[in-house]
Amino acid sequence: MMWKFNRFGECTALLDEYGGRLSYSELAAEAAALCAAAGKRCLTFNLCESSIASVLGYVGFVEGGIVPALLNSGIDQELLSGLYDTYRPSFIWAPKAFEWADCEAVYERFGYHLLKTPFDQDVELFPELALLLTTSGSTGSPKFVRQSYQNIRANTDSIVSYLQIDDTERAITTLPMNYTYGASIINSHLDAGATLLLTEKGIAQREFWNFFKEEGATSFGGVPYTYEMLDRMRFTRMELPTLRTMTQAGGKLLPELHLKFAQWCKDTGKKFVVMYGQCEATARMAYLPWEMSLEKVGSMGIAIPGGHFELIAVDGKIITETGITGELRYYGDNVTLGYAECAEDLRLGDERGGVLETGDMAQIDEDGYFTIVGRKKRFLKLFGNRVNLDETERMLKSAFPEVECACGGVDDHLTIYATDEGVLPKMRSFLAQKTGLSQAGFFAKYLPAIPKNDAGKTLYRELEK
Amino acid sequence: MTNLEKYVNAFCESLEVAEAEVASLVYGESDAWDSVGHMSLVAALEDAFDVMVDMDDIIDLSSFEKGKEILRKYDVEI
Repeated sequence: MMWKFNRFGECTALLDEYGGRLSYSELAAEAAALCAAAGKRCLTFNLCESSIASVLGYVGFVEGGIVPALLNSGIDQELLSGLYDTYRPSFIWAPKAFEWADCEAVYERFGYHLLKTPFDQDVELFPELALLLTTSGSTGSPKFVRQSYQNIRANTDSIVSYLQIDDTERAITTLPMNYTYGASIINSHLDAGATLLLTEKGIAQREFWNFFKEEGATSFGGVPYTYEMLDRMRFTRMELPTLRTMTQAGGKLLPELHLKFAQWCKDTGKKFVVMYGQCEATARMAYLPWEMSLEKVGSMGIAIPGGHFELIAVDGKIITETGITGELRYYGDNVTLGYAECAEDLRLGDERGGVLETGDMAQIDEDGYFTIVGRKKRFLKLFGNRVNLDETERMLKSAFPEVECACGGVDDHLTIYATDEGVLPKMRSFLAQKTGLSQAGFFAKYLPAIPKNDAGKTLYRELEK
Repeated sequence: MTNLEKYVNAFCESLEVAEAEVASLVYGESDAWDSVGHMSLVAALEDAFDVMVDMDDIIDLSSFEKGKEILRKYDVEI
């Protein structure tokens, strides 16, 4: 068992914006009942939102040895259909309004129902496999990250320890739980006997702040875009006496915003904690201790307890000098088992052996603090969501086969380059719709030809010129 | 341009919706008006009417009609 919820008895585990509440002992009982309805260790698809039923489905299945794949409840139907055919889950845990062909509801609770799928043969699962999460969440790639019970346990222990989470904490949700950062907040708080305040409302909505104040939230997490919004909203003028900690992850925050929030936290007696991680490392790999947040602006800190980093030069040697860029390699028990691209991959064991090549380029300073300076792989983040540019290109090419195109850009600004001016707006709204991300992150630019080398490979560096 | 035209225009451009749709828009209920769109909308309204909207009003801006009411506080009549 991952959490052993009964340890915290009548303490409140989950509280939602409509007054719904589950104590830890109730959560234990509900989890057991849900798993009993499924009846066996198997694969489920969980359509997630920030609600009691959704959290129950996630932690209940993990606690009971059933393997959930966490998906956003707003997932594009076609993408879901692709995943469904690829992985053949035994059940779907989804809001009651959700229906799926040939599935039958076998259990209902808190506005969700458990749908039994017609697949009569259960997919074989590696005994240590606990959870499946998507990397990009949105581009429809059938790729999942395979996380083990040991991965979640190790990362949870580290997070509870460095953030000093205890049973007086009340974390409010600002991130979807199918997103690894959101899941890690649930994991760590339920392990410490703390309370999760669940809301579907966002930080730009009145109801969010009413709930925040009424229930005395003590912490929240945000991606860089969250902090840009808070800044625009002149958040630092707000009186939030119950707030103790703000964490940041999901991409690099602009140094001037890092400074601004770190200073505000210092002035108001709160903690600002910049963190670094990836789904491939369960969630977290590094954090900047809050005491250092002003001194080390722009840095993502040091390895979490139980982990460590190496910087690897192009020739494969380990970099020890300061100010030299190398690829960041991470070691720790939270390094996940590997990827899955089809149902058969779910029987695979540990393919990484506790070592992760992060694909991020970094430098180390004289005090041993790391700063991310770039990425090796072709992806960027849109509002904290990883978007693989090769995948978006593939999606565009299959939807618009007659147009030549390529994708580039920087974080929060993905640019589609294409040779047909007329279809640019359509390509843009197509990607926004398929990824479920805001159109404001997508830009389109006409090019008479996509620059390529003699072998026909796109020259991405030429695109931006 | 009248204030109403400027107001409608701010919605159309920041949320990328057609003029006919704006009056029925509610924050959080359409894909166009999500948190990212919300911040673009606030910026567009601030630019159009040369005002600085307070946080309290930013989080109250939940519909096309509500926005008119908020701007009135800043002496902008739509």
